[in-house]
Amino acid sequence: MRIGVVTFPGSCDDRDALLAAERVGEAVPLWHADGDLLGVDAVIVPGGFSYGDYLRPGAIARFSPVMESVAEFAASGRPVLGICNGFQVLCEAGLLPGALLPNPSLRFVCRQVDLEVERADTPFTRACTPGERLSIPVKHTSGRFYAPDEVLESLEAHGQIILRYAAGHNPNGSSRDIAGVTNEAGNVLGLMPHPEHAVDRLTGSADGLCLFASMREHVAELQPV
Amino acid sequence: MRARVLIRPKEGILDPQGQVVERALPALGFAGVSEVHVGRLVELDVEDPGRLPEMCERLLTNPLIEDYEIETVSS
Repeated sequence: MRIGVVTFPGSCDDRDALLAAERVGEAVPLWHADGDLLGVDAVIVPGGFSYGDYLRPGAIARFSPVMESVAEFAASGRPVLGICNGFQVLCEAGLLPGALLPNPSLRFVCRQVDLEVERADTPFTRACTPGERLSIPVKHTSGRFYAPDEVLESLEAHGQIILRYAAGHNPNGSSRDIAGVTNEAGNVLGLMPHPEHAVDRLTGSADGLCLFASMREHVAELQPV
Repeated sequence: MRARVLIRPKEGILDPQGQVVERALPALGFAGVSEVHVGRLVELDVEDPGRLPEMCERLLTNPLIEDYEIETVSS
């Protein structure tokens, strides 16, 4: 599997995302100014501060040339994973529902949190078990997932909430403890926690690996051998 | 034409900045302050002010979480 990782000016978690991708396949750097996704099988929009987070996090990045290609890639049903700032970019681009608002504390939150896998039958969680607890770090200032009530109801009804913060672990006031949410088709996932920082026990937890392993399983199934 | 776009958090959405300011003012002796909200101001010169709403919808605001008001000032 070839996983592309987008780099915007101001991205900073692209390196770790590339390293995480290497654990499960071939990592392919993608540059924001190029519309060419180089034939990758999956795309990661990583964390950081794309375009300085000017105006709103993700507001400028969504208009970069690479995002048009990412939108087409997503529309074709192939997997796109947005992490932290990448989640914000995908929301601003309309590829994911909702928005990420400033944390109620107005502070940068950096800590290890527990997530619960609500669905283990998705391209991003199929290597996990339902109800599994994952220890993964968060680090952000604007991570409060918000959507109007009717949208939240629809997300629940369509099974689009696949990761929630475990009880007492919601670091940012996200509605309904939502940590990871997909589009209706289920092939685009956004989450604020950083699985790419949790792929080796040396740094405290390797629980993030199951998301990347899931993407590998999913892509392998799509490709006839 | 000079234009101003006033951007504020949508009603009902938690506005932590407004809350902090609302708590800070009485601490400085300014009593009787409530319903504080903090937004943003974008000032710009535009040739065609008719396109301002589209600019607001597509870039200047996120309509899901923000309301906006356009003021034009002929100079």
